[in-house]
Amino acid sequence: MLSAERGPSSFDVDLEAYQGPLDLLLSLIRDEKVDIYDIPVARIAQQFLARIRHLPLDEAADYLEMAARLLRIKAQLLQPRHEADDLWEDPRAELVRRLLEYQQVREVVDHLDHMAEDRRGRFARAWLPEAATPPVAPLAMSLPELMAAVDRVLRVTRLPTLHEVVSRSLDVPGAIETVRGALALRARLRWRDFVHDGAEPWQVLSVLLALLELAKLGELRLAQLKPFADVEIARDAAGEAA
Amino acid sequence: MWRLPVTPLAKLLEAALFASARPIPTDELATLDAEASPAGVRAALDEIRETLDNDGHGVALVELGEGWQLLTRPEYTEAIERAQLAVRPARLSGASLETLAIIAYRQPIGRSEIEEIRGVAVGSVLKALVERGLIDIVGRAEGLGRPLLYGTTPLFLEHFALRHLGELPRADELAVALRPLIKAAEPDEDGVADDADGESAAPVAAADATR
Repeated sequence: MLSAERGPSSFDVDLEAYQGPLDLLLSLIRDEKVDIYDIPVARIAQQFLARIRHLPLDEAADYLEMAARLLRIKAQLLQPRHEADDLWEDPRAELVRRLLEYQQVREVVDHLDHMAEDRRGRFARAWLPEAATPPVAPLAMSLPELMAAVDRVLRVTRLPTLHEVVSRSLDVPGAIETVRGALALRARLRWRDFVHDGAEPWQVLSVLLALLELAKLGELRLAQLKPFADVEIARDAAGEAA
Repeated sequence: MWRLPVTPLAKLLEAALFASARPIPTDELATLDAEASPAGVRAALDEIRETLDNDGHGVALVELGEGWQLLTRPEYTEAIERAQLAVRPARLSGASLETLAIIAYRQPIGRSEIEEIRGVAVGSVLKALVERGLIDIVGRAEGLGRPLLYGTTPLFLEHFALRHLGELPRADELAVALRPLIKAAEPDEDGVADDADGESAAPVAAADATR
């Protein structure tokens, strides 16, 4: 649905296949064949940004959050630190933990998908019990009461309004003949020459279709210099030659 | 070949299983015959299953979703579907499966925890799964805003042909692994408190299931 608005970038199709930023990260790590415990953040962040560049805004939020996270980790890794600093914690640790956790979810999903597929292929009885409905109460009403009720209903019902529709078919061949005849006499004509004020809709449509048909056949050219201006009709020189 | 005659109880249960569109729990099967003992029902179910398996039947007796159900055998799926006699239920999307998996292993669980693991917003997926009857709201967490907690339903077990949650792949291993490390690192008292939460939510789930 959105793909049409997004333009022809090759990344769009790819991103459809991902379940989210973690999924995209995992596949980048796989594709680049890097160690998940020692992720080259600068390289992965750059590729991540390249992949999400063409995301539509409503889907981008989750990916942008991850992009920001990657850039922050990258910045933290660039800060100088002392070799003997025991308190130093790898800024990538939290991300690695989430990736591993997510990877486990993906593995389980593969299992579950297989199980669901197996079950989906086995049919049970299709009959479902209907909700119990109470029996309809017997009609407690005398005949005169019923007739009075019918009378009341009929009285409030207005007579339906009927419209008569007269079908009038278009006369395109006739219009074509008229236009051809007129063009044989004059090289240039205007829409108003064929359609007069007060013309019936079927006449207007017939002329319109006739003009389009003749334009398609190359017998004339149509031009409208500005919106709502009179349409100019000119004999087509090429069509004439042929 | 000499065979034992099929017991009347087995025939009765077979008829009930044939008539039902949903799996029938063992105790519900027992109500069909006032004189049947739980052991007798078990034996009759075994009898039906063995008869269907050994005599060459197109259907099989399967235990799933906390009950018993007659299902067609997998080798006939294509033919039945080609003849348009039955339709397979729609396949779950990747997003749905991921969300379901996290809920199955970590229930009861709130939306924000699922989003933390998946890394994406899951609001609409949760709504769709509730509508499909695969998960349900099973309680509310303590804490800010008392967020809703989700858990799987008996229909979830049916959908994956599981008898109980313990049959989930690598259940013991993953129920722990899918718990955020922050929680696991907390002292033991908190672990106990977590369990208590789980128990307080469980009766709600049971009530939902019986509704």
